[in-house]
Amino acid sequence: MSPRIAYIAANTFREAVRDRVLYNLIAFAVLMSGAAILVGQISIDIERLVVVNLGLTAVSLFGVVIAIFIGIGLVSKEIDKRTLYTVLSRPVRRWEFIVGKFLGLAGTLAVNTVCMAIGVFAALLYVSNRFQRSDGWVLVALYFIVLQFLIITALALLFSSFSSPLLSAVFAFSLFIIGSFSEDLRGFAAISHGVTRWVATLAAYLVPNLSALNVIAPVAHQQPVAGQLIAFNTAYALVYTGMALCGAVLIFERRNLK
Amino acid sequence: MAAIEILDLEKTYSVGFWRKKHKCALKPLHLRVDEGEIFGFLGPNGAGKTTTLKLLMGLARPTGGSARILGMEVDDPRVKAQIGFLPEQPYFYDYLTAKELLEYYAHLSGVPAGEIPGKVGRMLERVGLRDAAGVQLRKFSKGMLQRAGIAQAILHDPKVVFLDEPMSGLDPMGRRQVRDLIEELREEGKTVFFSTHILSDAETLCDRVGILHLGELRSVGTVSELTSGVHEKVELTWAGGAVPASLKALGAEVHVMGDTTRAIVPEDKQDAAIDALRRERLRLISVTPLRASLEDYFVEQVKPAQATAGARS
Repeated sequence: MSPRIAYIAANTFREAVRDRVLYNLIAFAVLMSGAAILVGQISIDIERLVVVNLGLTAVSLFGVVIAIFIGIGLVSKEIDKRTLYTVLSRPVRRWEFIVGKFLGLAGTLAVNTVCMAIGVFAALLYVSNRFQRSDGWVLVALYFIVLQFLIITALALLFSSFSSPLLSAVFAFSLFIIGSFSEDLRGFAAISHGVTRWVATLAAYLVPNLSALNVIAPVAHQQPVAGQLIAFNTAYALVYTGMALCGAVLIFERRNLK
Repeated sequence: MAAIEILDLEKTYSVGFWRKKHKCALKPLHLRVDEGEIFGFLGPNGAGKTTTLKLLMGLARPTGGSARILGMEVDDPRVKAQIGFLPEQPYFYDYLTAKELLEYYAHLSGVPAGEIPGKVGRMLERVGLRDAAGVQLRKFSKGMLQRAGIAQAILHDPKVVFLDEPMSGLDPMGRRQVRDLIEELREEGKTVFFSTHILSDAETLCDRVGILHLGELRSVGTVSELTSGVHEKVELTWAGGAVPASLKALGAEVHVMGDTTRAIVPEDKQDAAIDALRRERLRLISVTPLRASLEDYFVEQVKPAQATAGARS
């Protein structure tokens, strides 16, 4: 990897930290502590289920909000503020800039997720008094959530490379919602006919299949995740992210900076 | 050898919702700047100066033509390691300190890691920001930001430095510091290409200037070459507030100042003007030739086109 990509990524991470993005961890900590204490008092035998469900859903939502709202500004903010001028007038290629920004935000989300994961496990320990073998699957669910973040960040970056922050946010958030129900979209395509079937099938394959990356419910019920699914989801997320990044690079390469 | 060679470089933007309208920002531009030269790129706002710089920096794609810096195409990474750029009204990552900002840019410019602390320290000292090295840029004044901008542009010891309106918005002290820095760059043998609409700065600093207006290069040359063609003028001063009627017919600009009157007339009307004063028995105090300034030349170049543009609108 080009060292310039690493410097751009490190600077993006530093920006997120100094802009107090990681302060969301405080809200998460309050939520998890409150939930653990409350759940311990009102639920019988399903404390673990509630904590895993609530914890992983919160990790996902907090991360998606960060991925979208920072991702949409990664390029457009640099253009608006013209900070990009002094970067691209150096021996930095445009694709290196895009990849660096992506890795910086992905790194921020990864660190954020690790901190939240510690919170989830602390809450689990609090309600169960000990860890169980099946708690290991929570790590797999967290890994899938990070894969979701990669896809969402790449999409936000793609939209950010050609549209305004507001439109980028609308596009990225819409894709997140549709992608979360992509299994239903595929189901609808399967029972449709004619043009509707074609359109629904095309849409189902174009939007990110985020529902396959959501294993929160089975993990909360202590069900294992198949190794094959882990391999498939990893490959799918990397390919989808790579394609979105390539799209962002192709658009950004042709763009005139205002 | 040419430091900058611009061959019929042009830029037209597609505007409007359907991008069907075209706006010409730069008409085919042909220009050569030699190594070690301080070149001033002058023009009123909207003349196309920033567009030219963006094309040279690879920030915008040209519609036609080409440009070479130090003999290489502008988007060649090798050339980018040898140029420095200060954009107009620069805005840097304001969450960084001045030291962190320069370290970041030094890394991106390919400065060896071992040399970075020394280079950054010396540069902060050179632009007078040593005491503010640990302060975040969001707390910087406009002048301090401009100095940080110049520091990032010359940090990696580039051969060619591009400065877009480097004196814009600075107070007299700030302008003086920037002028001194450009003089230092000249002494170091750097090529400096800077755009400005502050003509006195260009007149003081530049080996040659180019005047751009409405996207078109109107003229290029040394200040003395350009101003030699401007009609010379003479200032006449006499006692009293009386103004001969015939003087106005000679096209004189007359200003009555208390007990003296001053008139500026074209040099070829000097004798006729003095005769007019003698006929009225007015006491002539002085006759002073006025040197044509770059401003006179600039106004002469820009005025007719602006009048036409005004008439059109």
